[in-house]
Amino acid sequence: MRTREIAVDALPPEKLLPDGQPTYVDSWIYVFGVATLAALITIVGSGMILALKGPAWWHYTGVGHFFNSIHLWAVELFFFTMVVHLWGKYWMSAWRGGRARVWMTGAVAFLIAVPAALTGYVSQQNFDAQWISTQAKDAMNAVGAGAFFNVTNFGQMYSWHILLFPIAVVAIVTAHVLLVRKHGVVPPLQAAELRGERA
Amino acid sequence: MTRYSATTREWKGAYAHYDLVKELCVALVTVTLLAVVLTILFSSPDDKPSTIAQWSRTLPADFAKTAASELDGTSGTAEYGAPYNNGTGSVQHAAFLKPQEWLGVSHPIDTANAYVIEPLQTIPGDPTLTRAIVSYQSAPGKQQKAWAEAYAKSVEGAKASGASLRVPAGRYGPLATMMPALLALAQSGGLDGSLLSDSQFFQTDYTKPLLFMADGGLLEERAEQQHLLGEQWGMMNETGSYPGQSWLWLYTFWYQIEPFKSSTNADLLVVLVMTVLSIAFVLIPFIPGIRSIPRWIPVHRLIWREHYRAVEQSR
Repeated sequence: MRTREIAVDALPPEKLLPDGQPTYVDSWIYVFGVATLAALITIVGSGMILALKGPAWWHYTGVGHFFNSIHLWAVELFFFTMVVHLWGKYWMSAWRGGRARVWMTGAVAFLIAVPAALTGYVSQQNFDAQWISTQAKDAMNAVGAGAFFNVTNFGQMYSWHILLFPIAVVAIVTAHVLLVRKHGVVPPLQAAELRGERA
Repeated sequence: MTRYSATTREWKGAYAHYDLVKELCVALVTVTLLAVVLTILFSSPDDKPSTIAQWSRTLPADFAKTAASELDGTSGTAEYGAPYNNGTGSVQHAAFLKPQEWLGVSHPIDTANAYVIEPLQTIPGDPTLTRAIVSYQSAPGKQQKAWAEAYAKSVEGAKASGASLRVPAGRYGPLATMMPALLALAQSGGLDGSLLSDSQFFQTDYTKPLLFMADGGLLEERAEQQHLLGEQWGMMNETGSYPGQSWLWLYTFWYQIEPFKSSTNADLLVVLVMTVLSIAFVLIPFIPGIRSIPRWIPVHRLIWREHYRAVEQSR
């Protein structure tokens, strides 16, 4: 199996799921990466429950509103932890040692998560959705995106929100995590690097 | 340019036992519990949507004025331009970039027909109304516009008492019959359904009713009460005291300052600025200066303080 050999060569099991981490992985900042992943899982889980019952369910049942609230707060936690994670990685210069793609996939994950959240806000079927969609349309139309991405079309936005954007976010986050496992967690800046010399 | 050693590429130093699966499970339970606690404490906002029926009952004069502007082609939607029509009122460009124009009219809306004529034609059994519509449609465009403008002017002096509206007499021809009928249709809830149902039973596209309501004053009035207007940092907020889309702060920020604040091309300019910044954000590892700041400002010494302390002690 050529595909399996390539996959195992690129990411052997001991790298994919190691039983040890370098000793410098000892800071609260590392919590925010895994917390972002955990928040994403909570978003997808609560979103699946909301999808099972349909888009109107949460407006007229207490249980539905409860799961909608969990979905909302998981999104807020997702962005908060992701932003702290990104800032942490910036101050670590986490792209060093051939890790540029790790940074880039993380940054793209953030950029894709923004419209993923926006489509959720305009799919709420309440006043927030009415106001946000009628305001957001001008920016979409100004760049021509309104021709194929109509924020006032609930059906289209709901489809993007529960299928297309989640696939995109999960795919880029998966790529990001696999790249982290492949390259390992970036080591601390060394004295020579700080002087801008070859370390 | 800084070159990196084999140690930077792959750590050759000490390792400690670590269970990644356990870490993820603990994080998942913690984050989910945190979301549950926030849910119990703060729930989530769900202000009921506005309807055209509600709008026409609470602000009948505003409704009538908006309907007249749809008819004479002076409303925000009527003059908007692509993707709704061939107007120019909201068409933006930046230098040679005219994406809105390039993509053209993809969701055509003829406001006079969509918001006034066609809904009125759905009202059965009213020969007076039918004659008024035929009279309006058979009149020259100049006459139609004169009637609509005269009606809009009369509405300025209209007296509303609750949901009812008394418009002073004027030279607005068949609109004297059509506009009260449209107000009655709207107040009965018929216009909400009429704008949505169009040609097929199942519908999920709210473009027409949303644009019609956005041309009027009700949405804006509610938005102002809920601190959602553009000058109040707009759509990154949501109703109530919830954090909203706080991650859009930089995007919304540009609208608060010049030259964007007063530009008629603000949306396009802001999106262009954010596109450039987003590309730069992704490419930070390759941008001289920006990528070096973490070496100049030693936040990393705080992050890896245990590691650096151990290194210093071992010397």
